[in-house]
Amino acid sequence: MIDAIGRPQSLLVLGGSSEIAQSIVAKMVPARCRTVILAGRVGPRLSAAADLARSAGAEVVETVAFDVTETANHVVFADDVFDRFGDIDVVLVAAGVLGDQSVDEHNPVAAAEVIATNFGGLASAMLAVTDRMRRQGHGRLVVLSSVAGQRARKANFIYGASKAGLDAFSQGLGDSLEGSGVRVMIVRPGFVVGRMTEGMDPAPFSTTPDAVADAVAHGIESGATVVYVPSVLRWVFAVMRHLPGWLWRRMPG
Amino acid sequence: MMRTRLGRQALLTGWGRTAPSSADVVHAVHPDVVDQAMRIAASEPSAGRGMIARGLGRSYGDAAQNAGGIVVDATWLDAIHHVDFENGLITVGAGVSLETLMERFVPMGWFVPVTPGTRMVTVGGAIAADIHGKNHHRDGSFCSHVTRMTLVTPTGSIELSAQSDPDLFWATAGGMGLTGVITDATLQMIPVGTSYMLVDTERATDLDDVMGKMVSGDDGYRYSVAWIDCQSTGSRLGRSVLTRGDHARLEDLPARLRQDPDKARAFHPRTLITVPITPPSGLLNPLTVGAFNELWFRKAPKHQTAKPHHMTGFFHPLDGVGSWNRLYGRKGFLQYQFVVADRYGETVRQVIERLTALKLASFLAVLKRFGPGDPGPLSFPMAGWTLALDLPVGYHLLDSLLDELDQLVMGVGGRIYLAKDSRVSPENFAAMYPRLDEWRAVRHRVDPDGLLRSDLGRRLGLCSDVNTEPGHLRPGPGTGQPAPKKKRAPAKKRALPTPIPPTERTSS
Repeated sequence: MIDAIGRPQSLLVLGGSSEIAQSIVAKMVPARCRTVILAGRVGPRLSAAADLARSAGAEVVETVAFDVTETANHVVFADDVFDRFGDIDVVLVAAGVLGDQSVDEHNPVAAAEVIATNFGGLASAMLAVTDRMRRQGHGRLVVLSSVAGQRARKANFIYGASKAGLDAFSQGLGDSLEGSGVRVMIVRPGFVVGRMTEGMDPAPFSTTPDAVADAVAHGIESGATVVYVPSVLRWVFAVMRHLPGWLWRRMPG
Repeated sequence: MMRTRLGRQALLTGWGRTAPSSADVVHAVHPDVVDQAMRIAASEPSAGRGMIARGLGRSYGDAAQNAGGIVVDATWLDAIHHVDFENGLITVGAGVSLETLMERFVPMGWFVPVTPGTRMVTVGGAIAADIHGKNHHRDGSFCSHVTRMTLVTPTGSIELSAQSDPDLFWATAGGMGLTGVITDATLQMIPVGTSYMLVDTERATDLDDVMGKMVSGDDGYRYSVAWIDCQSTGSRLGRSVLTRGDHARLEDLPARLRQDPDKARAFHPRTLITVPITPPSGLLNPLTVGAFNELWFRKAPKHQTAKPHHMTGFFHPLDGVGSWNRLYGRKGFLQYQFVVADRYGETVRQVIERLTALKLASFLAVLKRFGPGDPGPLSFPMAGWTLALDLPVGYHLLDSLLDELDQLVMGVGGRIYLAKDSRVSPENFAAMYPRLDEWRAVRHRVDPDGLLRSDLGRRLGLCSDVNTEPGHLRPGPGTGQPAPKKKRAPAKKRALPTPIPPTERTSS
């Protein structure tokens, strides 16, 4: 159960080897989260993430094979996890790919793959887990979206569109869960300096996986539905969304 | 989502308005409904989520919530079954509130044996939390005055008293509803002459002063409690207002009441004002609370004796304000109440020092000296000092502060009160209640399948939704086999070769 101060006791991560997810695990485990289930592509990265969770002190750490795009398996996956481990207090939706816009623009298959992973696949997985969360009558679905979905930039519109889809889906899903005890929290980080963005020049208002983890923990406590990291991006994007097209197109990056 | 026909889905929280969860709320319009609900809990589709009783929802945390399962609204069990005026023995439905008892019986000369700081609790809830009041040093806690009760358990309905089955009786006292649903109980009321109290009020300059006064003087009073200003520091740390008193006899009252005995016995509580909306969190901040504390302290007379006060003002000042819990805003609040043995009064000081050091505002801080506890393994009171602090959620160090306070309290063999708790860890809880295994054994006897469940029970590891015990397959009361939960074999998954170009940076 999530306690009065927003501390969950069990966590399921979709995209368990994500760097941001690891920061969140590292923050939640010392705050009493004793069960950590990392779902993702089985391999050394996922095992390493599990080792990190164990060394942080989690009592039950399991890795579970999970493929975002294998939507036919998602219901079975969710049933397996919830049957085996009991209540899941927080499901963290952290899977996602950034793509390489300059290449993908000319490779429709790759572009569709980014969208299928970040949006279509996750939409399926989220429906599968929320069905179980609805039945348990409590829990929080934390979705790692991005400010890139707030207004697509020409340099990054495939990823941006996939996040916009995920973001809108999560908002609607959250509304549909009203009264069920399950709540959705959308996290919209700016540019996160880390493995995913290695070699890229940080955009203004860039952040770090640790800062995202802090914001997630605080958001769970306060019952937030949308969290920007850093929080100033809420106001930045309130403006950005309404910039005239000619100006928006001139934005760098 | 599968729903039982009996209930209606509702989102529930405790009085602190934190950690909501959804449940099927079943109105216990008759005790039979409790049996019925228990049968449903034992069978599909609700199997695995269990049931718990709920009264007026005054537990601060998650004690009367059962996410995904059944919550029996016991306030419908509101019948007065039997009244023995001569001896003050009354038998009532478990959903009868202490307010109702006072309204009905105070004019007849009988008062509840124990009342907490609110009248808005049910008899069933009072037993489940084994509540205490300002008279604990003299009269003990609520269950010491319960002569019998009917307890509906998954293994049958039980006529229960401390003599017939002491283990089960005392496991139910403070057992937070996890040993069964109480449907009715018989209470030994206490005789009173009027609905007025004679109250002595005095200010204490610091913590030593108030503790000294309580140690030396409490025995002379039936009721005693101190309000502490948790924002004063240094030499004024723990400055407080001590109020003590006893029931007034008719002849103690001023002439205008003495000449009107009906008025002197009247009990018509009114809600003076109701908080209509939830203001933004942060309304109760160090500044506003500080101002309140200053006012409260100065308003109290330096020393006043035998002043007649109506019961409502003396026992339940906050009941005059409807939904006052909304004042803490959207994020809600919690109460931290602990008890330490008499010789560890120093721990009380350390706790107050920690609060003042962090400039954390506690709107209500109440100090009380307990007498000996009763035999309940999960019953909270024990001889010593108890301090209760209301704290708003939202302060970013609240989690670590309260964990630290747990350590202080545990370090001297103290414990926290489950009816107030919404955040203690399972390990700390188990350390604070060393007789937990004894309690578990009794619970297992009457509820082998663990059908009685609550969010508090889940959080503290008192009950589990993953049934591994063989007892899981035993039939519920009067029903066939609950269908065992089918375990699906973990699906075979293959790692797909990624169609994304190898230059891709992925994070999944």
